[in-house]
Amino acid sequence: MSTTNRGRGAQGWWFRRGRFGAAHVLLVLMAATTLLPFVWMVVAGSKPLSESERVNPFPQPQTVDAHLRQSQAAEFSLWEYYAANTRANYDSVWNSTDISFKKYYFNSLFVAGWVTLLTCTTSAMAAYAFARLAWPGRDHVFKLYLATMMIPGVVTMIPNYTLIVQLHMLDTYQALIIPAAFSAFGTFLMRQFMLGIPPSLDEAAVIDGASHWRLFWDIILPLSRPGIITLALLTFLGNYGSFFWPLVSIKSEHLRTLPVGMLYFDTLYVRQTNLIMAATVLNIIPLIVVFVILQKQLVRGIQLGAVKG
Amino acid sequence: MNANLRTATVALCFLLPNFAGFLVFTLGPVLFSLGASFTNWNLMRTVPFHVVGLENYFALVQDPQFWLYFVNTIYFMIGIPVSIAGSLFLAVLLSQKLRGMTIYRTLFYLPSFTAGVALFILWKQLYNPEFGPINTALRHVFDVFGAPGVELPKWLLSTENLLGLAPERVHISARDFGVGAREAIIIMGIWIAIGGSNMLLYLAGISNIPPELYEAADIDGANAWRKFWNVTWPQLAPTTFFIVIMSFIGGLQGGFEQARVMTNGGPGGTTTTLAFYIYNKAFVEFQIGYASAIAWVLFAFIFAITLVNWRFGSRYVNY
Repeated sequence: MSTTNRGRGAQGWWFRRGRFGAAHVLLVLMAATTLLPFVWMVVAGSKPLSESERVNPFPQPQTVDAHLRQSQAAEFSLWEYYAANTRANYDSVWNSTDISFKKYYFNSLFVAGWVTLLTCTTSAMAAYAFARLAWPGRDHVFKLYLATMMIPGVVTMIPNYTLIVQLHMLDTYQALIIPAAFSAFGTFLMRQFMLGIPPSLDEAAVIDGASHWRLFWDIILPLSRPGIITLALLTFLGNYGSFFWPLVSIKSEHLRTLPVGMLYFDTLYVRQTNLIMAATVLNIIPLIVVFVILQKQLVRGIQLGAVKG
Repeated sequence: MNANLRTATVALCFLLPNFAGFLVFTLGPVLFSLGASFTNWNLMRTVPFHVVGLENYFALVQDPQFWLYFVNTIYFMIGIPVSIAGSLFLAVLLSQKLRGMTIYRTLFYLPSFTAGVALFILWKQLYNPEFGPINTALRHVFDVFGAPGVELPKWLLSTENLLGLAPERVHISARDFGVGAREAIIIMGIWIAIGGSNMLLYLAGISNIPPELYEAADIDGANAWRKFWNVTWPQLAPTTFFIVIMSFIGGLQGGFEQARVMTNGGPGGTTTTLAFYIYNKAFVEFQIGYASAIAWVLFAFIFAITLVNWRFGSRYVNY
């Protein structure tokens, strides 16, 4: 944004400093509103049960006494207190006998991993056909793909459920992976990337006698790597958080994914706010790790997906 | 000619894996569910299978629950303009080239990035009327401002709402006026969406505005407010247009996860949206035929709204 250098005195000061100061104050306020629920979540997840229904992070006298008796320490330390309760809570969530979060983590990562791999493969191949090859009816088929992106998930969910029942795939990993492995959005996104690769490249390769498969594998795919990373990220995240489909297609406890497991955890441990919050922290941690590492790709992907939407 | 045929064959090979999945899991199911909506198909087999024609659609028009949940779905969309305006506001603030801008962007993006069952469970705790942090904070605020003992909202447990809509039927009465479960879910939705992808889209849009336009405005002596209304806002029209369309599509088919996780559609059906109603009809009562009919009405409605948006929206995108 351009800088203004007109005016002197108070008005000039306002333009140079005051406006930015006001913006900072607003931003800090908004950031606090955004962060407070997360802070409360982490703190509540590190409290003993007797404190979990209080907002105040400092424990009541009787909790302090109980903690001192248990830890046999002479003096109360807030740090000690939170460390001990954090250990206890996360231990009982992670090693709970009713709800096996370890298994849910594995299921979620396993399913999301396969879905990501398959979606990227099928989308990139289809995108190659749409972006780099000329064939009759191409644009009509592509419009059909685009049109189906508007169909609400609930419309296809019911027939897919009956289809999975007919194929005897209900309550299996296949039910979670296969229907999610084909994405019209992924095809659209990859096509956008591949359209940006100069056509002279494939012409040169064709003259050199390269097959289309080589062309796709050796030239187009490496050049659209940013697109693949973006799509992989979006697919992985979408699948990691998906809830409706795993909820209806999985019945066995050992096949549940994290969101579904979290729902059952919540209904089972109703009033144990401290454990529920510890579990939500465990749910969110992988997302935050991914977010911190791959933020740039993600932001670009979202901004790109909307272009020509 | 021969070359054309070869290209077409190659294209088919590349397309096949995706297209097969597309046919089996998207296009096929869409047509299949249209067909199912004309039957009385019930997975529990309590009644013999029949093709019933338009009966499901007639039943739907007379189904008071359908209309109640339709109103709910629309009501939940009150949050959309608020969160879009908020996203734009944040994007304008963040585009001031301030120090720490990426950190703010990361923070604002956090809720929409982590949105899902875990966050809904977190908010269920935040909204607890007795000991949840929201009501605890409100209680302190009221104490400080000399109004102790003011009745605080019961949030997810209350059927009250800002329009005074009665629970269980479409009716308005003063008794039902207040803040309740619907507002709770709307506020949470705004908190989630405000720094999400809409803000990122606006940021990208703002950075694409040619700086000459602002320089010209400076020469004309325009203040920040005028620059916003005469440069930023019209230049962002295509972005706004896209965001509005996507928000309508998302809003009309939304509300399932919140309802399933936070309220189970209650209290008194006040947080049941059409998506959650379809889920209940199909996967709890197994009335596949009826559920498909509702899904198709929802689809048709989304389609119509998108067309209307397109018609009126593109009129304001002036370049």
